[in-house]
Amino acid sequence: MKQYLEVFIVLLLCLAGCTATPNATQTPSLPAQIIENKGSDTLVNLALAWAETYMQEHPDVRISVTGGGSGTGIAAMINGTVDIANASREMKEQEKEAARANGIEPIEFVVAWDAIAVVVHPSNPVDHLTLQQISDIYTGKITNWRQVGGENRPIVLLSRESNSGTYVYFLEHVLRQGDSKSELLFSPDTLLMPSSEGISTEIRQNPNAIGYDGLGYVTDDQKMVAIARSPEGPFVLPSIETVNDGTYPISRPLFMYTAGEPTGAIKEYLTWILGDGQAVVSQLGFVPLKKE
Amino acid sequence: MDNGKRIRWTEFVIETTIRVLGFSSIGLVILIFVFLLREGVPTFWEVELSNLFSSKWYPTFGLFGTLPLILGSILITVTAIVIALPLGLMTAILIREVAPPWTREILKPLIEILAGIPSVVLGFFGMTAVAPLLRELLGFPTGLSAFAGALILAYMALPTMISVAEDALDAVPKSYRDAALAMGATEWQTIWRVTVPAARSGIVTAVMLGLGRAIGETMAVMMVTGNAARMPITLDSLFRPARTMTATIAAEMGEVAQGSVHYHVLFGIGIILFVLTFLINLTAALTIFQKRRTGGLR
Repeated sequence: MKQYLEVFIVLLLCLAGCTATPNATQTPSLPAQIIENKGSDTLVNLALAWAETYMQEHPDVRISVTGGGSGTGIAAMINGTVDIANASREMKEQEKEAARANGIEPIEFVVAWDAIAVVVHPSNPVDHLTLQQISDIYTGKITNWRQVGGENRPIVLLSRESNSGTYVYFLEHVLRQGDSKSELLFSPDTLLMPSSEGISTEIRQNPNAIGYDGLGYVTDDQKMVAIARSPEGPFVLPSIETVNDGTYPISRPLFMYTAGEPTGAIKEYLTWILGDGQAVVSQLGFVPLKKE
Repeated sequence: MDNGKRIRWTEFVIETTIRVLGFSSIGLVILIFVFLLREGVPTFWEVELSNLFSSKWYPTFGLFGTLPLILGSILITVTAIVIALPLGLMTAILIREVAPPWTREILKPLIEILAGIPSVVLGFFGMTAVAPLLRELLGFPTGLSAFAGALILAYMALPTMISVAEDALDAVPKSYRDAALAMGATEWQTIWRVTVPAARSGIVTAVMLGLGRAIGETMAVMMVTGNAARMPITLDSLFRPARTMTATIAAEMGEVAQGSVHYHVLFGIGIILFVLTFLINLTAALTIFQKRRTGGLR
């Protein structure tokens, strides 16, 4: 699926390149500014939407967006091959050290938020869970819906593949609940689906299933579960408001990193993303930054 | 004289071309194998053997237990063949021995069309149609299971098995059948006691080729088996999710950092898969060879 996505992006870029050429001939005095943007697959659609909108408004700037994963993007930024790295996680300490060893001080920008929704079949009577219950379900301690107030049905666990940033985030912040010493892992019975589509297909069909995915990938025929940090509540459904006021417990910032303080076209682009660019964010199912 | 020289010269060019083409395909296979070894062999000293053959596959956390993957592949492939063998053999018998010629003319091309269905289409069909059906009819917790994978694989192995088995039946001399019938055997007795045993080695080849086809299949399997790396050692494992070697490589290769331990382990799995397929093909070749030597039919 990833490969197809990449091919698609490359094609899009070709198209963008073709349409940009006549503009360049019309205004030969303006040299095109090229911004290279690479990284997280979670962010790739959003980054692409930003790039397209921005290029329409600023025909003199050309932005190329590629996926490949947060790690790939950060590594490319450290090596100086891209201007902006997209990441669905914070840079690790080793990565920051590697950057400094290369004479680069990475600058972090939070560009949007992503809520991770826990979803079940619409007929499932369970509509709220605590983080602890979700952790117990995914580690295999709880195996029947009856144990969390549902029907007497086995629980089928659905997850994204282990190389996805969403998988790692869910493991660290839900299964292990942020405890860095914890060694909890997903139960070996967890079905690892190669795509978001795989998860939604199974959730739609199977009343036993539970899954998680970015809010942007949840369709109307899946039921979201309200989540609380503690058994007393409050149990909160994911939405733009609950992510912004911090009451929904499973949300993560999405980042862009630049090598050193951005200047020139890159600075203008990032300023636009943090300002006017936020209008695009909710259309793609992500949560825009709070208005100051 | 002049003419003869020209013929000899063209002859030389054509022969050389054919030779180069023939050797280059062998060369390519060798190159692929060398590449596989170069990328995969480091696994065996980078990862301790006790880790590599443990039952936990969590590559993000340095746990590279390939056992659930190997057993998952074997479970699904063997089940697929157990399902496909009787179906394939019966279809071959129907086409070659029972059906009137005009039915044969329709059935044969239809079966060849089956072989042309892209596996991703079968996978999609399995995910949206077969899996829910299995869950509702047989009461699995989820239809995305080893059994669903085996059903799809059986379907994919069938065309190969049918056409090879059919060729084997075709090679049995008519005199065998005539002799059996003349001695008063019924048609069924002739088929089951004479024709099929005479074509036995060809049928074994059909099974082996089907097996080779099934163990290497990726896309459809990845879509319908649920990809849970659990050890298939309990009795109900067939009706639970499983993860195969091929699906693991396909799902994880895209995002793995080149040259990392995980990358080498994925190639290591490739080597294991290669060795398994090689053994299967070798067995098939040996069966044919043995039969030829003892003067039997192919």
